[in-house]
Amino acid sequence: MKTLFPLAAVIVLILLVYAGVQGAQMYYLFGVIVPYAAFLIFVAGVAARVVGWGRSPVPFRIPTTCGQQKTLPWIKQDKVENPSSTGGVIVRMLAEVFLFRSLFRNLKAELHSGPKIVYGSAKWLWLAGMAFHYTFFYILFRHLRFFFLGVPYPVHAAEKVDSFLQIGVPLLYLTDAVFLGAIAFLFLRRIASPQIKYISLAADYFPLYLLFAIGTTGVLMRYFTKVHIVGVKNLTMGLVSLAPPARGLDEIGVMFYIHLALLSVLAAYFPWSKLMHAGGVFLSPTRNLPNDSRIKRHINPWKQDVEFHTYEEYEHEFKDKMKSVGIPVEKE
Amino acid sequence: MAKEMKPNEIIASIDYQPPAKDWMDTPVEIKPGMFCWGAKGKSLNTVGFPNARDWNPLNEDWKLPKDWKGTVLEGIADRLKKYRSFKLFMDICVRCGACADKCHFYIGSGDPKNMPVLRAELMRSVYRKYFTTPGKLLGKMGGARDLDLNVLKEWWYYFFQCTECRRCSVFCPYGIDTAEITIMGRELLNLLGLNIEWVMGPVANCYMKGNHLGLEPHTIKSNIEFMLDDIETITGIKIDPPFNKKGAEILFVTPSGDLFADPGTYTCMGYLMLFHELGLDYTWSTFASEGGNFGFFTSNDMAKRLNYKIYAEAKRLGVKWILGGECGHMWRVLNQYMDTWNGPADFLEVPRSPITGTVFDNARSTKMIHVVEFTADLIRNGKLKLDPSRNDHLNITYHDSCNTARGMGFFEEPRYVINSVANNFVEMPEGTIREKTFCCGSGSGLNAGENIDLRMKGGLPRANAVKYVKDRYGVNMLANICAIDRAALSALMNYWNPGVGVTGVHELVANALIMNGEKERTTDLRGEPLPTKTEAGGDPNV
Repeated sequence: MKTLFPLAAVIVLILLVYAGVQGAQMYYLFGVIVPYAAFLIFVAGVAARVVGWGRSPVPFRIPTTCGQQKTLPWIKQDKVENPSSTGGVIVRMLAEVFLFRSLFRNLKAELHSGPKIVYGSAKWLWLAGMAFHYTFFYILFRHLRFFFLGVPYPVHAAEKVDSFLQIGVPLLYLTDAVFLGAIAFLFLRRIASPQIKYISLAADYFPLYLLFAIGTTGVLMRYFTKVHIVGVKNLTMGLVSLAPPARGLDEIGVMFYIHLALLSVLAAYFPWSKLMHAGGVFLSPTRNLPNDSRIKRHINPWKQDVEFHTYEEYEHEFKDKMKSVGIPVEKE
Repeated sequence: MAKEMKPNEIIASIDYQPPAKDWMDTPVEIKPGMFCWGAKGKSLNTVGFPNARDWNPLNEDWKLPKDWKGTVLEGIADRLKKYRSFKLFMDICVRCGACADKCHFYIGSGDPKNMPVLRAELMRSVYRKYFTTPGKLLGKMGGARDLDLNVLKEWWYYFFQCTECRRCSVFCPYGIDTAEITIMGRELLNLLGLNIEWVMGPVANCYMKGNHLGLEPHTIKSNIEFMLDDIETITGIKIDPPFNKKGAEILFVTPSGDLFADPGTYTCMGYLMLFHELGLDYTWSTFASEGGNFGFFTSNDMAKRLNYKIYAEAKRLGVKWILGGECGHMWRVLNQYMDTWNGPADFLEVPRSPITGTVFDNARSTKMIHVVEFTADLIRNGKLKLDPSRNDHLNITYHDSCNTARGMGFFEEPRYVINSVANNFVEMPEGTIREKTFCCGSGSGLNAGENIDLRMKGGLPRANAVKYVKDRYGVNMLANICAIDRAALSALMNYWNPGVGVTGVHELVANALIMNGEKERTTDLRGEPLPTKTEAGGDPNV
């Protein structure tokens, strides 16, 4: 159910767009209104979520320390894995965001006879995660060609590098292959490992199906079922300059509308889903705080009034016992 | 209670294959040997906790207040507003599974609800249902479920099967810390009086008497006097430590476990001998007689209430700074919470070792340093006369306590001290030490007797790493800097690795310490014969 329900959802979405465009000819709805709406939901939603998190304070300094603390001068501090300064925190966060540092630590525990537990290296998830995120970013970057009249040089260079293998006509983009391969791996891993399958929710499969479908429709458009590329650019330029074209939308081809609609769904779904890890990782208090709470006092912004048991009350109860063994007291 | 499981029974019972049925459809089964007895009404009453009554987790009726569900949901809403960690960690998990096999309870039990991700999902599923729109709309397909009595019992069972060790948080790509979720889970349960007696008893004791064990002032003194007699027998030196002494330079605070049972008492003898040898102007306190903080395992407020007495007593006695003993969660609390709760300690001075003159600038706000930092500095400056060969009968390995490792980063200091006072030291395998260290299986207040199966399962990864160095290098002593470890690891070693002892670092220090005017020692602090120079034990190549 958890695997099939989200798959059915994506198929229904595709059929809806197909019927809407091919049957009902709702080009303006799928070409202009849906992408604008999705974009607004994305921006407003992400902002709302980040502000929502930001509204909850961080009352205590709780970094997870993964290296030697700052201590005596002759003991070398691990300034990145256990930062005591803002600079160290920045490096730690950069490594976390751009290199997936923590995931790179991954180990696989195995119980052998003896009993003997061994912890082997397990970098495949890290590799697939890196491959997916970086190719996704690269592909988005390549898409900038649709939003400038002339193709900017960096975008052009990125295309050149991406197609350096010179395979096929049009030239195969390596990132397309790696992107789909990484998503396929992330999906297969979820269903092949009994433990991962057990913890997976429908919300873990849905974005994978969606991304795979977006990638596939993109590949189909580029290499197989051609769309009217001038019409596409006309539309994207119109969208980005807030002057969407009224004409020519019917010439583009349905594959493009499916591609665009699925991307719109992804964007609109993003803020309300686990995909918000992209924003959340920056706010994670176990990573983005220095371990300096013995050096500097950290203030809790909310009041925490509690009742104490004082020394006076303690002495009142135990005075005789204290005096009998010569422990000094305040009130003789 | 059912019969305790044997080691081979535990190994045979581990099955990592999860059940075919979805976890939401698998109701909790409260198994004997895997849980601690419920908190007594008396203990809850002492600190004014709600729903104080005696109850039995095995009974159907947990004697909950009528609107318990409303209380829990309100409690969640309140904490989402107070803690960014909680809110964020409810939202951003992608269930990548990197944490799954990092938990000692999962490795040792195979129970999928001990995977950190699933432990958190126990709470997240309820959060989604009542606090997120997709969860409200999609229900179970959106990973959401109702909060009912079975869910509440599941929370209680599994949030007391987590030792808040934070090993999973090292591996999480977003730094999601299950300890934060367990802490919140326990706070919520606490609103209904659903704590465990092994935590609440010590909390009540600590609140009224100053320490978890409930040692009254005269008992603290007499317990230490017993140790002084032993020290005199072994070294010929008579020590007279000060108690509640006003105007002393340093207040010394250590977990009360060190005062009560071996091998903690040997560590305590180590402190006493070291401070005497240095002629340190320090004092014990019978009021601030607990460094540990079991309040931390009930609620943040309770932890603050118990922590209060350390600064209060330092102020009353007029000391200059505070020295803390060897303990695990005590140091997480002192490092990450104390100053925020009960500071500023502006009536104290930045700690300065009176022996070496070293100023501990890294504690310039809290004004409290770790005794191992203090001793490492002494050794580095050549202030101690040491004979490491007195520890030659020991092949030592070192267990990083979860809290000093991942809540502080205290790695090199203890290793430096051990290597200075002993000749035979070897590390356990990479992946089981330092920031990746494994919990003893009994932390966060789970060191009870009735949950022994749980403890031995959770301790398996740690014990297995010790077994590796025992088999390979003949390791016979497991050093650590944690009072709970000293108690818990002793039981764990007896169970999985008979013949391996457990020691605090300052016991090793005191064994090697050549004291002014001491007689020739023939035994170590445990009364066991010292190795003679000719038959020094241990493989020098280790």
